[in-house]
Amino acid sequence: MKAIVYAIRTIGRELRSGEVLVLLSAVALAVAALTAVGFLTDRIGKAVARQANEVLAADLRLRSPEPLPAEWLEAAERFELETAETQNFPSVVFAGDESSLANVKAVSAGYPLRGKVRTANRLFGDQQEANDIPPAGSVWADGALMARLNASVGDTISVGESDLRIDAVLTYRPDQSIGFASLAPTVLLNLNDLPATNLVKEGSRVGYALLVAGRESDVDDFYADVEDDLPESVRVRNREDSSESAANASARAQKFLSLTAVISLLLSAVAIAMSARRFAHRRMDTVALMKSLGASQQFVITAATVQLLLLGIVGVCVGSLIGFAAEKILTSMLADLIANDLPPPGLQPVFLAAGSALILLIGFAMPSLIQLRNAPPLRVLRHDEMPPAPSRLLVAGTSLLAVAAMLYSAIGDARLLLYVLGGMLGVSIVLYATGRLLVALLGRSRGGVGIAWRYGLANVARRGRASAVQVVAFGLGLTVLLLLTFVRTDLLKGWQQTLDENAPNSFLINIQAHERDPIAEIFARNEIGAPDFVPMVRGRMTTIDGDDVKDIEFPTEDGKWMANREANLTWAAKLSETNDIVSGDWWPEDYQGDPLVSIEEEAAADLGVELGQKLTFTIAGQEIQLTVASFREVNWDSFKPNFFMVLSPGALDGFPATFVASLKVQAEERGALLEIARAHPSVSVIDLESILQQVKGIIEKATLAVQAVFIFTLAAGIAVLFAAVQSTIDERRFESAMLRALGVQRGTVLFGVLTEFAALGLVAGFLAAAGASILAWLISTRVFELEYSFSPLLWSLGLGGGILLVCLSGYVAARGAINAPPADVLRAA
Amino acid sequence: MLAANNVSKQVISPEGGLTILSEVSFEIDYGESVAIVGASGAGKSTLLALLAGLDLPTSGSIQLDGNVLTDLDEDGRARVRAASVGFVFQSFHLVPSLNALENVMLPLELGAAENARKKAADIISQVGLSERGRHYPAQLSGGEKQRVAIARAFATEPAVLFADEPTGNLDSKTGENIMQLMFDLNRNSSATLVLVTHDQSLAGRCDRILSLDAGALVSDEKVRR
Ligand SMILES: Nc1ncnc2c1ncn2[C@@H]1O[C@H](COP(=O)(O)OP(=O)(O)OP(=O)(O)O)[C@@H](O)[C@H]1O
Ligand SMILES: [Mg+2]
Repeated sequence: MKAIVYAIRTIGRELRSGEVLVLLSAVALAVAALTAVGFLTDRIGKAVARQANEVLAADLRLRSPEPLPAEWLEAAERFELETAETQNFPSVVFAGDESSLANVKAVSAGYPLRGKVRTANRLFGDQQEANDIPPAGSVWADGALMARLNASVGDTISVGESDLRIDAVLTYRPDQSIGFASLAPTVLLNLNDLPATNLVKEGSRVGYALLVAGRESDVDDFYADVEDDLPESVRVRNREDSSESAANASARAQKFLSLTAVISLLLSAVAIAMSARRFAHRRMDTVALMKSLGASQQFVITAATVQLLLLGIVGVCVGSLIGFAAEKILTSMLADLIANDLPPPGLQPVFLAAGSALILLIGFAMPSLIQLRNAPPLRVLRHDEMPPAPSRLLVAGTSLLAVAAMLYSAIGDARLLLYVLGGMLGVSIVLYATGRLLVALLGRSRGGVGIAWRYGLANVARRGRASAVQVVAFGLGLTVLLLLTFVRTDLLKGWQQTLDENAPNSFLINIQAHERDPIAEIFARNEIGAPDFVPMVRGRMTTIDGDDVKDIEFPTEDGKWMANREANLTWAAKLSETNDIVSGDWWPEDYQGDPLVSIEEEAAADLGVELGQKLTFTIAGQEIQLTVASFREVNWDSFKPNFFMVLSPGALDGFPATFVASLKVQAEERGALLEIARAHPSVSVIDLESILQQVKGIIEKATLAVQAVFIFTLAAGIAVLFAAVQSTIDERRFESAMLRALGVQRGTVLFGVLTEFAALGLVAGFLAAAGASILAWLISTRVFELEYSFSPLLWSLGLGGGILLVCLSGYVAARGAINAPPADVLRAA
Repeated sequence: MLAANNVSKQVISPEGGLTILSEVSFEIDYGESVAIVGASGAGKSTLLALLAGLDLPTSGSIQLDGNVLTDLDEDGRARVRAASVGFVFQSFHLVPSLNALENVMLPLELGAAENARKKAADIISQVGLSERGRHYPAQLSGGEKQRVAIARAFATEPAVLFADEPTGNLDSKTGENIMQLMFDLNRNSSATLVLVTHDQSLAGRCDRILSLDAGALVSDEKVRR
């Protein structure tokens, strides 16, 4: 009690003296950085997720082959979720004498819950967003369907027993699939019109879906509620398991934001640890004095803890204010990029950041406080008397516990956590060991250099443990900054490729062999580059190594689903640029032997297929046996036609093949597509432009997030460097005054200080660059599934920048000490 | 009041064991003023630290104001110090972040004394620094700093005052003033005084002189006036 009263009574003096400013600013900066990162992560993460959910047209979709039970809808209403229903099935539709197979999709009011449907008034005309569903009595028809039916807007088509008017051309719906699974073009109609068509009868192949959207927690609650009663035939999708490009980009952005959150937390931890250490060290003399005056250990540690907490609270308040201001400014800056229909952010990020900073402060200051408690009172007579160093285990234990607790709440990604924490631990150990080695080496070799050098290097050696700790702090700070730079570069590069100006935006499918030349001819006439025609044969898998696929237990539901439907097969002599062999071998270009197949790796895993196994397919009534030769990794983000199964050349000779082409068509060249649709009605034109736009939107938001968060983390990193330098500033002040009193020039002293930091920076920077490269490689390839590109330029920039940053923060911090008149310093207490 | 019984102190140094004090015994009465003299390195500061309970002897026992220091743990010794001990050091040991007044308040606040500020202000004016109470240590001269330290030592009205070469860092004139102040305050409070010094004339102003040589007590004589 006495101690608490004392601590509170004296806190004002501490603040006034300016001694605790470093600790205060470390805490404040940590809170500000964590708030900003937390805020951005939340906002942009939500915006990105929203956009990604568009591919479902909902936040959650339940698909069932049976009519939807009423309980689901009731449950959704109970949780105050928006809902919409869809039913779809293939059916032949008629217009005049023409007919075509169509995917009939009937939707209820509210569809789509996420994203917008877009329509146009005429084929390939300008499109606009629709705010409604087709009015009763009308349909919106896919352009391809209209071309095949030779119909235009205003005409009537027959769907089952109903005649419905074509109200608009359906150019985009968020949940359209990019794959080739649904070859039939869509006709969208009002669910209320469906009964009259009389198409839905006992035994019809209708897919029912319930779409729900709302607050994340409500959606989760809803799902938890219905989950147990879901029949096996129901397929549930939310954005986590939708593997479209858009979801991919958004998942990576989320991961990167998690990574930055973790890293800014780590940086804050290092900054706080450094300044807490200094806080305790500076107090050593005062505590020894207080003990000689009769203060008990309990008193000392309680007073110090209370003061630390009070300082922490002041720091947190200042930091929260900065963070809150940053939040406001960012919100207005990003207004049009971040969906404004999101719930307001509120104070949650601020509270989270404040809590984290306090926990870090306690966790990282504890070892120093314990050391303080053991400060020997004898110090008042023998100044070099030091308390025993706190047990390493204790230091590591409390600190790690604090960090792990924070990180666990920050991200759920165990692998990312493992890599980052394990990596940091490894890097710290190497840094510390190297730091000690450096100290030992410098301790021996310091003859024969100028005074400034000797002074600087001698300093490194003399400070021993403290120098090693500094190397660790500098090194860790630089490592995470470089790590973030490397991963960010890989991420942006990957996205850049996705956003490649030449990425195809249109697919032509179902092209017959003889239609290739006329189509190429149309393109040539419109001055569009000739497309590549990729062959495609549809076949059904029948056996794996002699076992009937009907009897095989597949490792995953997806595997079962894949094995039981028609697969798209192609053949190729050369491996596509967007594919990589992960195991087995690709066949030689002139291969002519027994048919081989190369399978996409995830599909192979889903199917449980191994290299060398034999698969049989039935194609057009004939059997063909294939040997599994390799597994491929496919970059689905490339928007090029890709296949799960690629066969060796010649394997499909003699089977009826259709062809697929992908190409980039500029807006003004779209007439060519119309021409193709009219001249070759059986060819389907799939317009990817809308989906590309969507991916682009996500990537732009995500890029912005990555950049903004990066800058905030950079600020936290610089705080670490500064805290590390500050921790030796007292000694420096005294030494510099002494040297100058002895007649050494100020410039010489300054040069000495810079030498010292350059030496520390060089070692720390070099190790950091190495550590960061390894970690970036791990994280890029394992967590982000991106290609890691080693860049020597980035490496040396990071290294040079690191040294410069260390020197600069050293200079800024030490300048005051060096410029102070020696008399002032030597007079002190 | 204060008694040392066969007190020895050894330390382990890189060159092996080193005996700093060997078998030192003496007793000091209430109100006595005692000087400890000896060459540099004789073990004076070490002895003082042991007497004040800042450190423990390797063997032997020490009693202070009815407490056996050598039987107490660190907190126990701290309690004894809080109740009975004042210190003046050669190198002042003021807290740089506190001003003169606050430095004097420190032991009062540690003991949760009431009216700490008022008491501290009283003593500050007794040492003649009432004008400088708000100044920080860095703004004071050596003599002024030592006066603040003396004020701090007497603030809690200790039963025994330990001083380790309190004038060692001051010129002889200032040192003389400081010692005068200390003796005056000591007489007024009738505290016991233990003073480590090199200065023979200073030692001569005490009631008794203990001489140390290479860690051994070589003489213990009353001063005749
Ligand atoms: N912890 C220790 N480790 C090693 N040597 C020590 C330790 N404490 C004291 N000494 C040594 O013991 C001897 C006595 O030290 P002490 O400080 O008591 O001397 P002193 O009489 O006060 O000298 P001075 O007049 O110079 O202040 C010295 O040689 C000192 O170096
Ligand atoms: Mg001494």
